[in-house]
Amino acid sequence: MSLVQVSAQAEDPKPTVLDQIRLRAGSVAIPLGTAVSLLLIWQIGVRLFEVPTYIAPAPTDVLAVFTNEFALLMRNFWPTLIESLSGFLVGNLAAILIAVAFVHSQSIEKAFFPIAVFINTIPILAIAPILVLIFGAGMTAKVVIAALICFFPTLVNMVRGLQAVSPQTLELARILSASKSEVFWKIRLPSSLPFLFSALKIAATTCVIGAIVGEWIGADVGLGALIIDSTFNFRSPLLYATVFVSSGLSVLLFTAVSVAEKLVIRW
Amino acid sequence: MPVQRLADIADEGPHQDMASRNVAACLSGASVKFGSFTALEDISLEIGEGEFWTILGPSGCGKSTMLRLVSDLVPTATGNVEILGKTTEAARLAREFAFVFQDATLLPWRSALKNVELPLEMGRKRGLKIPMSDKSPQDLLDLVGLKGREDALPHELSGGMRQRVAIARALVCKPKLLLMDEPFGALDEMTRDHLNLQLRDIWRETGVTILFVTHSIPEAVFLGQKVLMLRANPGRVKQVVDIDLPSEREIALRETPEFNRYCGQLRRLLEEC
Repeated sequence: MSLVQVSAQAEDPKPTVLDQIRLRAGSVAIPLGTAVSLLLIWQIGVRLFEVPTYIAPAPTDVLAVFTNEFALLMRNFWPTLIESLSGFLVGNLAAILIAVAFVHSQSIEKAFFPIAVFINTIPILAIAPILVLIFGAGMTAKVVIAALICFFPTLVNMVRGLQAVSPQTLELARILSASKSEVFWKIRLPSSLPFLFSALKIAATTCVIGAIVGEWIGADVGLGALIIDSTFNFRSPLLYATVFVSSGLSVLLFTAVSVAEKLVIRW
Repeated sequence: MPVQRLADIADEGPHQDMASRNVAACLSGASVKFGSFTALEDISLEIGEGEFWTILGPSGCGKSTMLRLVSDLVPTATGNVEILGKTTEAARLAREFAFVFQDATLLPWRSALKNVELPLEMGRKRGLKIPMSDKSPQDLLDLVGLKGREDALPHELSGGMRQRVAIARALVCKPKLLLMDEPFGALDEMTRDHLNLQLRDIWRETGVTILFVTHSIPEAVFLGQKVLMLRANPGRVKQVVDIDLPSEREIALRETPEFNRYCGQLRRLLEEC
């Protein structure tokens, strides 16, 4: 009994500032430690079994590429960033405008929604060559592919968001004799923002995929082109480094959207 | 079909002198149909200006529909509804009435003050002349006891506070008629008592006419000068009960025999519905 009392006293849940720092450090240290351990196992495994570098490079080989080939990586990073961002802007803007049209008029929705679903069901890998044929090997095709991949999730979420106004709020608007545009700007559009940001978070990562897929089909610069190039030339450390840069680009865009969401949506 | 004639009504409150002359809302033989379903049938009432009416009735008897009929949200199938001698549409455009819903229906991205100001921003595009209370939105927030919380977002406020913001918002265009659809239904007992007292004060101070739908018999007796009892299938007027209690009302009133006599009378009426 006295033992129970002692342990109960020892577990007195009164978090001090130090405890909180320790807790936060822990939540960073644990996943970081796991990642470092996995890299270490990979490094030891590759060296122990003498795996050839072109099949699976060691983490140190990949790290070496980052220092030696940094300029090359950056030269290919910028075009992909520009294509992803342009695709993100074009695709989401189109989706938002079409969502507004859908909510405004049911006949427009009836006419175009099946087509939007149909376009969404075509695998992006299947439609990419068609778009490259149409728009040529320049940036345009990649922007269109990135835009296309962003388009559908944003359209669906935005339509839902614009309709996510409670019937009571619409009754309130009617009692206040609000015009259609007042209801749109003061009620529907702000209501849709949480839905829009959910979609933008998806789009932030998928637009990079779209740009890279576009670059696979036909491009001489960009991370996608570098992936194809390094694969065919058995430059595996460069391939791995490019993959990390691609994922870093997605994380960057995702973080930017998350920060924007925190700033805009405070309710 | 009891049609309340204003001359028959015994005066007792501070607003009664006015009430015997002016009619805030007049329903004559009004019916509401949703498809083949008759929600309200042949409702005839005269609600005097400055009066406080509470509306009771079994579930689905059309209490909310009646407020929606008066506020031009649902049309009449037959009969006629007039607000201060105007059609309901004209009254809506002139902001003669305001509505408080069961849910506070605040816009979650707007602060308490901005929510109160919302009615002043709506309808401008149609060129409506929007009347303004002599009290500023800030004064109205003070009136409902939310001084210092004007910048709070709705999710930072409790349920009772949100409902008080909704009441302040309803008062911002100086309505003659306040329609309240179970506004305190979702609140806890303590908060509800507090808001009942506050609502009585606001009514006495502003002289606004109130139509208040509730499920609670004690709340109906405590607040109202008149209790309108509706019966269901189809919704019709069962009876109008005058509540002859002092206009100065405290929570302790609920322990008096007269109060409980009214509650008992209404309970028996409700069982007959």
